[in-house]
Amino acid sequence: MHDKTLAELAAALGDGKVSSVELTEHFLRRIESLDNRLNSLITVTAEQALETARAADAARARGEAGPLTGVPIVHKDIFCTEGVRTSCASRMLDNFISPYDAGVVERFKAVGCPVLGKTNMDEFAMGSSNETSYYGPVNNPWDTQRVPGGSSGGSAAAVAARLAPGATGTDTGGSIRQPAALTGITGLKPTYGRVSRWGMIAFASSLDQGGPMARTAEDCGLMLNVMAGFDERDSTSLERPAEDFNARLNTTLKGLRIGLPREFFGEGMDPGVARVIDEAIDFYKKLGAEFVEVALPHSGLSVPVYYVVAPAECSSNLARFDGVRYGYRCEDPKDLMDLYMRSRGEGFGPEVQRRIMVGTYALSAGYFDAYYLKAQKIRRLIADDFRQAFEQVDVILAPTTPTTAFRLGEKTADPVTMYLSDVYTIAVNLAGLPAMSLPAGFSEGLPVGMQLIGNYFDEARLLGVAHQYQLGTEWHQMAPAGFE
Amino acid sequence: MMEWETVIGLEIHAQLSTKSKIFSGASTAYGAEPNTQACAVDLGLPGVLPVLNREAVRMAVKFGLAIGAPIAPRSIFARKNYFYPDLPKGYQISQYELPVVGRGQVEIELEDGETRTIGVTRAHLEEDAGKSLHEDYHGMTGVDLNRAGTPLLEIVSEPDMRSAREAVAYMKKIHALVRYLEICDGNMQEGSFRCDANVSVRRKGTEKFGTRTEIKNLNSFRFLERAIHFEVERQIDILEGGGAVVQETRLFDPDKGETRSMRSKEEANDYRYFPDPDLLPLDIEPAFIEQVRGSLPELPDEKKHRFMNDHGLSAYDAGVLTASREMAEYFEQVAVAVEGQAKLAANWVMGDLTGALNREGREITDSPVSAEALGGLLRRIQDNTISGKIAKEVFEAMWAGEGDADQVIERKGLKQITDTGAIEQVIDQVIADNPSQLEQYRSGKDKLFGFFVGQVMKRTGGKANPAQVNDLLKQKLS
Repeated sequence: MHDKTLAELAAALGDGKVSSVELTEHFLRRIESLDNRLNSLITVTAEQALETARAADAARARGEAGPLTGVPIVHKDIFCTEGVRTSCASRMLDNFISPYDAGVVERFKAVGCPVLGKTNMDEFAMGSSNETSYYGPVNNPWDTQRVPGGSSGGSAAAVAARLAPGATGTDTGGSIRQPAALTGITGLKPTYGRVSRWGMIAFASSLDQGGPMARTAEDCGLMLNVMAGFDERDSTSLERPAEDFNARLNTTLKGLRIGLPREFFGEGMDPGVARVIDEAIDFYKKLGAEFVEVALPHSGLSVPVYYVVAPAECSSNLARFDGVRYGYRCEDPKDLMDLYMRSRGEGFGPEVQRRIMVGTYALSAGYFDAYYLKAQKIRRLIADDFRQAFEQVDVILAPTTPTTAFRLGEKTADPVTMYLSDVYTIAVNLAGLPAMSLPAGFSEGLPVGMQLIGNYFDEARLLGVAHQYQLGTEWHQMAPAGFE
Repeated sequence: MMEWETVIGLEIHAQLSTKSKIFSGASTAYGAEPNTQACAVDLGLPGVLPVLNREAVRMAVKFGLAIGAPIAPRSIFARKNYFYPDLPKGYQISQYELPVVGRGQVEIELEDGETRTIGVTRAHLEEDAGKSLHEDYHGMTGVDLNRAGTPLLEIVSEPDMRSAREAVAYMKKIHALVRYLEICDGNMQEGSFRCDANVSVRRKGTEKFGTRTEIKNLNSFRFLERAIHFEVERQIDILEGGGAVVQETRLFDPDKGETRSMRSKEEANDYRYFPDPDLLPLDIEPAFIEQVRGSLPELPDEKKHRFMNDHGLSAYDAGVLTASREMAEYFEQVAVAVEGQAKLAANWVMGDLTGALNREGREITDSPVSAEALGGLLRRIQDNTISGKIAKEVFEAMWAGEGDADQVIERKGLKQITDTGAIEQVIDQVIADNPSQLEQYRSGKDKLFGFFVGQVMKRTGGKANPAQVNDLLKQKLS
């Protein structure tokens, strides 16, 4: 049952072959027996999930079920969930029970998806390995000595290990795509503004975007159909006509122009990853796609630009965690300054503190122009590069990450090496484009992700291009040993 | 003896009278139980986002148009970052580099009738913070976030004022303007209208500004005046003693009548302003501006000139009467009642009515004598039912709640005596009772005419028509 995709489970529910309660109980049992090897969930919400499942079964019996009614999912613990701890994997919010639901959570609730639990992540989504979590690292189900990537590492591991058929994630610099690649699943970061940020705890507001993580492109499309849509509570939310993101799954790829950015195929890429991507290119050629080399000349600056813009925004976004109204407060503060300094010093982990410091510095008087303002200018140039590229091609194909999953602790000592694991994903966030990662093969037993980048609002096309690949390959069906 | 010149610029904070807050749907009503009017957005909970209140924008545009300022087609909301317990997000959303209202100006009039133009550098939208309550918590601080997120229009002036009087006149002018525009209730006690004053002194004739201090949070015209007086003296004393003024923020203590240091420039925050990524740039279409322009009421200066032209009032009277929208409306109602005698209406509104209001510290909007009632009284002067002098007595009775003018005149028997026969009878009696004065008058002591008038008025209880008394006395005495 757990080896079925979200689409297959939805169909089974529709045919009455299984009930939502049965499905939910099954996945809850798997979580109970297997997650001790992964640590992918911070909070398991079994009771609420079963309650929703019973309501979903009742709704189905009344003939009121939608496509995903009754299909259990997990939410990244960055999405506020009413009455449930919403920790952002931080000691700061370890005691925070959200009094309201995020827009994304509301939407899945309205559809009737039981929520099995809240997934582990890098603290406040800051990290690429899930090692900055207050609740401990997540292990990659393909090799539990390795990281699942981050920041949506728990969501990725849970889906890869078949603990849930689908998960929500967020992607600020690659936080959906990079862990999807490292765990062999499919993840989509939509166009900035597609998915409401209301109730999604902000890391870097101008880059953060929620999206689906599941086994297949089709599953991601089904989830995106629920997640996406205008939300008047988010001023950056886009007002677009309703759209079925799976409408183009079966569109032929004949004549599709795929761009290969030469900057993404240079040094630093693992040969195993390069081989897998070459094979994927060959596959698409057989389907009739044409390949064009494109230039993204400013993409080499995306990591430094990102590490100015994102920390700058985070230094301000995280100022509200001050120990005054909610969240962690230090013991016996002797005055206001002591309350602030110790609450934040003890409540935030080292990576979060590092980024707050960097961001505060970048925004300070005398440095603002040289860092923040300059970064914003380069950001525009990066977006212009993509605009020009999309005049020549329909989608861009690249590796998602330069390497496969690395060992736990391997990069924690050197933040810059860690930051470079997002070198292929970050430019997409700076430009606000949609992009996805899908499993394209293995290198030394570890999954390799292929990244597809689309033009603004081109999610349906991306999903179609990915789906056509998945129709002809089996990488996305592979299950890690011990989690089959 | 050194001659000093004072230089003052004001930053006025006007709370916009929107129903809900600038970035959330919570109510802005004043005086609720602490923290009952603060929603998730105002509390700065994780994950919440701001959405701009369009009404606040409309109000800011109204103000901009009223001071002849350009409205920015695109303005930007920025974050002003600092930590304070009553600032829930750790930043205030404000406008920094690109404000919604650009440079404009207002004209102020001083008591001697002189007018001056004061430049308004800019006006921008921002959110208010909550309140820290330091009393009643046994050494701890209470935080009330009801006010957090209330929309403010910060109106920044040029350093164009040269005395406390000018500063007060300017603040009053802006106060009148925001009330005319109905964008702020102007309630200074509740903090809806308050200002920070930047004050410096320099030697007369020099160009360069002296080092300034900023006096925070002045919420009355009187405090503004006293604070500036104190601060100017303090700065002059320092400079004349060979010292240097320190650039700093100061607080005015109304009990002691002095300003004291709050924090110096060195301790000042680096606010790390940057554009708020949660809010899109504020784009304002020309059509919207025109729509707002069409909704502007008659403004104080226009009204003043109309009062001068239509009612024949002096610039001074017209200025006083248009200082507030309520006063102007009251006056116009009275003036209509006594058509053709606007000066009479003006004198009464500015004289007896204002005197009585001041005496009791009342606003014109809760005057016990309504404009209609005062109009009724003045009509009785106009039609000679009573004299102006008696009218004052009637007014006091009306003020005390004894009824309208006709009721008071009737009950107290104050109706003027205009019957020639009746007046003549009294005159005859007075003449008969004062033979020696009559003889003196007739032998050339003209001054005694007044004595006879006084006697007649006394015997009629002041009710005899004064003009008739004069005429008849002249006849009888000659």
